[in-house]
Amino acid sequence: MSGLESLYQEIILDHSKQRTGEGFVDPGTHASADNHQYNPTCGDEINLRVELSDDRQTIEKVSWEGDGCSISMASASVLSDMAPGMSLGEFQEMVDKFREMLRSRGQIQPDEEYFGDAAAFAGVSKFVARVKCAMLSWVAAEEATKEATVAK
Amino acid sequence: MSTKYALPESTPLNNETVMKLRQDFPILSLEVNGHPLTYLDSGATSQNPVQVLDAERNFYTGANSAVHRGAHTLAVESTDLFEEARRVVAEFVGARENDIVWTANATEALNLVTYSFANASEGLGGEAAQKFALQEGDEIVVTEQEHHANLIPWQQLAKKTGATLRWIPVLEDGTLNYEEAEKVITARTKVLAFTHVSNVLGSITDVDYLVKLGRQAGAFIVLDACQSVPHMPVNFRELDVDFAAFSGHKMLAPTGIGVLYGKSELLKDMPPFLTGGSMITKVTMTEAEFMAPPTRFEAGTQKVSQVVALAEAVRYLGHLGMENVHAWEAELGKRLAQGVSEISGVRLLGPAVGMERAGVAAVHVDGVHPHDVGQILDTEGIAVRVGHHCAQPLHRAMGINASTRASGYIYNTTDDVDRFLQSLATVRPYFGIND
Ligand SMILES: Cc1ncc(COP(=O)(O)O)c(C=O)c1O
Repeated sequence: MSGLESLYQEIILDHSKQRTGEGFVDPGTHASADNHQYNPTCGDEINLRVELSDDRQTIEKVSWEGDGCSISMASASVLSDMAPGMSLGEFQEMVDKFREMLRSRGQIQPDEEYFGDAAAFAGVSKFVARVKCAMLSWVAAEEATKEATVAK
Repeated sequence: MSTKYALPESTPLNNETVMKLRQDFPILSLEVNGHPLTYLDSGATSQNPVQVLDAERNFYTGANSAVHRGAHTLAVESTDLFEEARRVVAEFVGARENDIVWTANATEALNLVTYSFANASEGLGGEAAQKFALQEGDEIVVTEQEHHANLIPWQQLAKKTGATLRWIPVLEDGTLNYEEAEKVITARTKVLAFTHVSNVLGSITDVDYLVKLGRQAGAFIVLDACQSVPHMPVNFRELDVDFAAFSGHKMLAPTGIGVLYGKSELLKDMPPFLTGGSMITKVTMTEAEFMAPPTRFEAGTQKVSQVVALAEAVRYLGHLGMENVHAWEAELGKRLAQGVSEISGVRLLGPAVGMERAGVAAVHVDGVHPHDVGQILDTEGIAVRVGHHCAQPLHRAMGINASTRASGYIYNTTDDVDRFLQSLATVRPYFGIND
C-alpha cells in the first residue's frame, strides 16, 4: 500500500463521511459526562458524551459534536460504533491498546479481530503528525467515562 | 570573505534566473516522499542561502567572542561585526542605527514594547516614560487580522493597565474594513498596532492611511513587519511608524534573531523590558543605571552569530534588489490566486483575483479539512502550511477554523506554483467529492 492509502483507508474515509454518534444524545436518567478536547496545532475540536448503563458497569452510548480532519472525525465515529456494550474495564483496555498501536510508528500490527474497524488506524501510526488526530476522541471518551462513573 | 552569488547584482527575477539562484539554496534540491521538494512555506520560515550559512560559520571559526565585554582582539572584532550588522539592517529598513534593537524574534520585539509600556504604567522610567503609561479610559487598537504575536501582548497590556482593547474588523474576505477604522481610532487611542502584510491572506495594508488616523489620534503606531520586510522595499522612517517588528528566519537568516525598530527618540525614554548584564552603567546593591538604547534593551549575552548571519541575509536581499523581489512575488501571487480561483470547490481567501496581493494564497477547500489537504500535498513533496496560522480570530471572522496556505519567496518558480495548483485540484476528488 502506498503511504497515502495506508493512512486514508477506505474504512476511514467512509467513517469520516457516514459518522456514527455525531450529534448529542440526551442521556435521560443515565449517568453521563461530557469532555472537550482541542488540538491547538490544527484546531481540531471535539465535545464528546459518554452515557453509562443503569448499573454504571457498561458503556451505553457515545455521542459527540466536533470539527476536524477526516482522521479525527472517523476515529470518533469508529469509537462510537465500538464502545457501546463494553464493560468499563474492556473499554479502558481498548483505549490503552489503541494508544499503544498509534504510538508504535508502524511497528505494531493490529489484531483485526480485536480492533475491528479501529484496526484501520494502524496506518496513522506512521504519520506522527496525525497520531493526535486519531487519539482526540479516544482521550475525550476516556476522560468522560471516568467522570461519568463518579457523576451524581 | 563571502561566497560568490549565483546571480549578478540586481538581476530581475524570472523562472530562468530563479533556477540559477536556487544553487545558493542547497536544501531546495532535497527529495521529499520521492518527489523534488516544492517549498511553499516561506511565510512560516524561509530557507537559508550558503552565503548566510557561511557567514555564521565564519564567525565561529574566525571571530567568536562575547560582544561589548572585554578588551582582547577577538572581543573587539566580534563587537565590530555586531555593530556593523546593526548599520546594515538599519539601512535596509530606512532606520538609524540606534533605532535597531536585537531580539530573539518578532514576538519578543512586540513583547518588549508592551512590557516596557506596562513598566512605564507602573511608574518605572520616571517622568519621561509617562507618555507610554496606559490607564483606564485609554484604548489600544489592533486589527482582527493580526497574528497572535501582535494581539496577545496587547491583550495582556490592556489587562495589566485597565486600558480597553479595540480592533478594526475585517470584511468577509478577511481584508480590513477601513471604513470602520475611522470609527475605532479616536482621541482615546493610545496605541495603534497592525500588520503590514497579512501572514494568512497576503493582503497589503494601507499603512499611510492608518498612520494618518493614528497620528490624528496622537497614538503610538506599531507595525508588524514580519511579512513585509522580507518581501518588499520597506522604509520605517518614511512610513512614519513609531515601532516595528520582524524576524530574521523569515528573510533568509537563521532562527533566534529578530528586530525591534523603535524611533530612538522614543526608545531613549522607555524603561527596559529584560534586565541584567550588558545593559547597565553603574550598579549598587539596590539600584542600577541603564545604558542608552539600543543597548538598554539588549540584556544578557547576545546572539552574535545570528546577528552576523542576519546582516548577510540582508546583503543577499539587497544584492537582489527588493524591487525585484517584490515584483517576482507579485507575479507568483497573481498566478496562485488565478489558479486557485479556477479549481471547483476551492475558495480563495483574501484579496480577489486581480487585486494586489503578496506571493501568498490561503484557501478553503470545501468538504476537506486543511490537515487532509496538507497531507495530500505532502505526499508529492509540496510543503505548505495548514491550520490557523496563528490567526484564530481572522479565520473565525471568515467563517472557518483553519486554512491551507501556500507562500512563495525568491527561490520559487511558476512551476512550484503550478505543482501546488495541480495537486490541490486532486484533493476533493481524492476524498470522493466531485462537484
Ligand atoms: C505577521 C506575523 N507576525 C508575527 C509573527 C511571529 O514571528 P516569530 O514567531 O518569528 O516571532 C509571524 C510569524 O509567524 C507573522 O507572520
